[in-house]
This record gives sequence, C-alpha cells and structure tokens, in this order.
Amino acid sequence: MFEKARSGGRKYWTLVFILIALALAGVFFYLRQLSEGLVITGMGRDVSWGFYISQFTFLVGIAASAVMVVLPYYLHDFKAFGKITILGEFLAISAVSMCILFIFVDMGQPFRIFNVFLHPTPNSMMFWDTVALMGYLLINLFIAWATLGAERKGVAPPAWSKPLIYLSIPWAVSIHTVTAFLYAGIPGRHLWLTAIMAARFLASAFASGPALLILLCMVVRRHTRFDPGREPIQALAKIVAYAMTANLFFIGLEFFTAYYSGIPGHRHSLEYLFFGLDGRYGLVPFMWTSIGLAVLALALLINPSTRHNERWLATGAAAVFFSTWLDKGLGLVVGGFIPTPFESITEYTPTVAELIISLGVWSLGFLILTLLYKITVSVREEASR
Amino acid sequence: MKLDKNYELNRREFLKNAARLGISVAGAGAAIEVVFGDDVLAASSALSPAAVRWAMVVDMTKCTRKTDCIDCMAACHLVHNVPAIENKRHEIKWIWKEPFINAFPEQRDGRLRSGLAQTDFIVLCNHCDNPPCVRVCPTKATWKRPDGIVMMDMHRCIGCRYCMAACPYGSRSFNWMDPRKVLDEKTINREYPTRTKGVVEKCDFCAERIDHGRLPVCVEACSERALMFGNLSDSRSEVSALLAGRFAIRRKPELGTRPEVYYIV
Repeated sequence: MFEKARSGGRKYWTLVFILIALALAGVFFYLRQLSEGLVITGMGRDVSWGFYISQFTFLVGIAASAVMVVLPYYLHDFKAFGKITILGEFLAISAVSMCILFIFVDMGQPFRIFNVFLHPTPNSMMFWDTVALMGYLLINLFIAWATLGAERKGVAPPAWSKPLIYLSIPWAVSIHTVTAFLYAGIPGRHLWLTAIMAARFLASAFASGPALLILLCMVVRRHTRFDPGREPIQALAKIVAYAMTANLFFIGLEFFTAYYSGIPGHRHSLEYLFFGLDGRYGLVPFMWTSIGLAVLALALLINPSTRHNERWLATGAAAVFFSTWLDKGLGLVVGGFIPTPFESITEYTPTVAELIISLGVWSLGFLILTLLYKITVSVREEASR
Repeated sequence: MKLDKNYELNRREFLKNAARLGISVAGAGAAIEVVFGDDVLAASSALSPAAVRWAMVVDMTKCTRKTDCIDCMAACHLVHNVPAIENKRHEIKWIWKEPFINAFPEQRDGRLRSGLAQTDFIVLCNHCDNPPCVRVCPTKATWKRPDGIVMMDMHRCIGCRYCMAACPYGSRSFNWMDPRKVLDEKTINREYPTRTKGVVEKCDFCAERIDHGRLPVCVEACSERALMFGNLSDSRSEVSALLAGRFAIRRKPELGTRPEVYYIV
C-alpha cells in the first residue's frame, strides 16, 4: 500500500517537503546536542526534565485517545465511527512515534538506550512505560495495516485482528496510566504525588486526542474526496465535552486538597504555577491561558447550538488542544520541579535549540501521520470510485 | 540571661542522662528506639538487619566552628574529579553547603534558635535505606550495596535523569556537558575515573576507600572532626555511640526513605 504515498497532488508534496525541512532543522540541532550535550537546552540540575519530557507526556495522551473511537465502534457497534477508527489508530501510531523520539532526544547517552532491555528492571516505572509504548505501537500498526488492507481488497479484516483490537482497548488505558505512575509514585515532588494523576491524565487525553481528531477529520474532508461524515465528528465533540469537563473538575480537586489541607509543600507548586511564588511568575500567564481556553472550550462544546456549528466546533476543539497542551505539555512536568527539594526556585525557559529539536520531532510525527492518512484517503477514494 | 543558662543546663543535663540511659541499654536496640524515636538506629533495626550499615553523622556544633571552611568539599571534589562548573544550572556537586532552612525546609516556619536559619549545613547523598532513586532507575545503573551504600554505575547510566526527579534531597548531578573540558589536566586523580557527558553522578561514600579500610575523604579532611563515619549496625561503633548520646535529625524522614546521614544540631 506504500505506493499510495508516492503519488499525490501539489498540496500533498508541499506539505511533505515542509515537514521534511522542519524535521531536518531538528536533526541539525540534535547533532549539535549530541556533540555538546544537553547543555544546549534550558534544563539544569534543579529543573532536570523540561520541554522534551513534557511533549512526551502530552503525546502519550494523544496516543491513548484512539481508544475513544475504537471502543464505541468495536464494543458498542457504534457504526458512525467505522470510517474514522483507522484515522484514530494512525494518529496513535504517529503520536507514539513522537513519544519514543522525545524520550530519545532527552537521553544523556542515547546510544545506551538498549540498556533498558539488556538490564530489564521491573521496579522502574520507566521500564514498564517503554514496554507499554512499544507494545501499543506494534498493536496499532498490525491492526491498522490489516484493516486497511482488507478494506482495499473489499474483504473482511483477518480473524486475528479482532482479539488484537480488544487487547488494544485496555492497552491504551495502560500506556497513560503507567505514564502517570512515572510521576505519581515519587516521594518529595508534591505536585505529582497525587492519586488522581492517572485519572487526570486519562481525562485530558480523552479530551485532547479526540479534539485533534476532529480537526484532522475536517482537514481531510476539506482537502480530499474522503468525507468522514458529520455524525462521527459530532459524536467526538460530545466525548471531548465530557472528558474536558472531567479534566477541569480533576484540576479543581487538586486545588481543594492542596489549599484546604493547608500543607505548604502541597500548595507550593500550584502556587508557583498559577499565582507566582517568591516573586517568580514564569508560568503564570501560560497556566491562566490554559484555564481560559478550557472555559471557552467548555462553553462552545457543551452548548448544543455552538457544538452543532462546525466553525465553533473547530474553535472549541482547538481551544481544548492548546489548553491541555499548556497544562500537560508545559506546566505539569516543569511545575513538579518548582520549588526544588531545597524549597528554592529555579525557573525554566527552553532554549531555541531545544524548541527547534522539539519542532523537528513534531514535524516527523506529522510526516508519519500525513503519509499514513494519504494512504488511507487514496484507498478510500479508490473504493468510492 | 539567667533563664537561658538554666535552660541550657537543663537541656545539657537531660542529654547527659539520656546518653547514660542510651549507653546502658546499648545492647537492646529496641529500648534506644523508645527513648529517641525513629531518628536513631532505624537502619540497624529490624528493617535492615545487615551486619554492616555505613552511616555518617555531621556534628554541626563542630562544623560551624570555622567560618567559610570548605575542606571536606574541596577534598572530595578533588579526589573524585568533580569539575568546578561556574553556571549554577550545570553544577556538579557531591558534598556542599545549604542553609538550614533549605536543607530542612519543613522547619522554616517556626521560631528557630537565633542564627540557625542561615547556618550552612553540609549536605550530600543520604545513602537512604529505602532509596527512591534506585527504585526508579530503568537500567539498575544505580543500586544499593548490602552495606547500604547507594552506588552509581556511570558506564551503564543512559542519562534519563529519572533518579534526579526521584531524589527528594537534590543530591544528584547530571553532566550537562563534557566535564573533562573543565577539569584541570594537572590535578586529575588518575586513581578515580573521570566522567563522560550525559550521565548522572553523586557521592558514593568513598566506597573505593572504605573497601580498603580507609575513611571517606571528606571525613579525613575535616580538621574539626565534625564528620563521623561508621557502622550503625555495630552498637559499639563511634557513630552508634554518638547517636545514642546526642539528639540528631535527618532530612525529610517523613518520606520513608530512611536517610543515613544524621545531623547533630
């Protein structure tokens, strides 16, 4: 089926080349990082994880969200999602690829990464996260390729794909749960030491992933002859509305426990993120932008008249995406390191090199997505001819 | 003034009595724990009955005698080829000073003995009995020896820095750049490896010296004998006796990490 990605119109090739160029810019700066070390990033001994690990954490959510189309379609026979499950699975594949790349670029000694498999360590959550992510990537590759191949030939998907699809449902939940456990099991980082971390991760995942999928469906409809249809997009919108409500509710719960208990350590990180601590306000505007976007998104998505209007729906979906990105792809990881174990404050600002490397990874992920969607769309266009 | 003196006397008397009591029941570890709580002999209690349990006692009453003293730090960093990096973000530190309220942040709110808040305390890896860094490491590059020393294999470390996120004491340093570029060629200790960029490192209680019957280099370097090192599982060791007689605190014991560096304040 790969040949489908080798032929396309002008718009397709323009997009592909832009993404390749951005990815190459990332590679260029990564080579510099490889020779000079992570010194070229904004990280340091106090904030020792930054933009890379934040992107990884956010993208695990995008990857996990495929379950939001797979589950209704396969477990509840919700036919409207039949046309877009493959789009969800391919989005998951591209997101997991980005996750793995973000972990890779964050390593101090990337060529030793196989030590994780040479010396498997079951007591480390990072070991389990690696296993979960690799497994999820493989499962989705097999499922998506088999179902698309079958569709092309006009036959039913192979029998072995069914159990794999059922397995992919709890597996999707597991990747984000284990990613939450990376943080939620660490003593002394109060922002992360919360039992609802996994629940928060899943809620924000099921909001941000389907929100992105809504936008992608709209793009596909506009630029190709494949129309995912109105019904699945509206169904996704409802999922996003519910998940985003839960996400905001969970954030409120964190505030209650931290502030009502009055325990200083539990309050400090939230205080730094939202109100500033000891005269440092670095992330405050970003966090309130996130909250503002979340409120706007809920207003647009809960209200049926705006939800049914696709222009407002697109605005709401974009607001959800950027709101959760600011919350998880920026505040959550960095906020955990502020204040430091010495209760001092070191702020973090990513460097240009770090941002370009990150943009490179995102571009590579979207390149994978573009190629996979191109193949899908070509198969569908052929079938409808 | 007089009141203060009385208070001092009472405190000293109390400590003396407590010490006597402590020594008299030195054979029965449980009794000591009743007297002093979890802060003493936790490591050599039922939780880890190892024959050898290395620990350090920092006597701050002695440590503060000389102002601006950096003997222990200088000796350690020289012997272990720790580079002196100017940029605070990229610093490598094995043993250094932090003001009391930073080393013990949970104590910062109350009224403290005058001058204590800004008194510099010696901090280093606590060689926890229940180390979170070891728990999270995905490659076993950091592990705990049976004698309690938390070790670091800088050849296996992949530089993921999960251990740095997990350490509640900020005791771990990452080589953000090639440390050999900063090290002075002439002062490099050929007996101890230099590191590459991209790996984590920290104090190893001078395992390489202890195994040859020598004391950690920081302990040797301290002219005030403020740093004591010894076996907590041996009730007759110097550190055991010291802790049995004096009130000592540990950093963040509420996290259950069971740190093995004690501070006499």
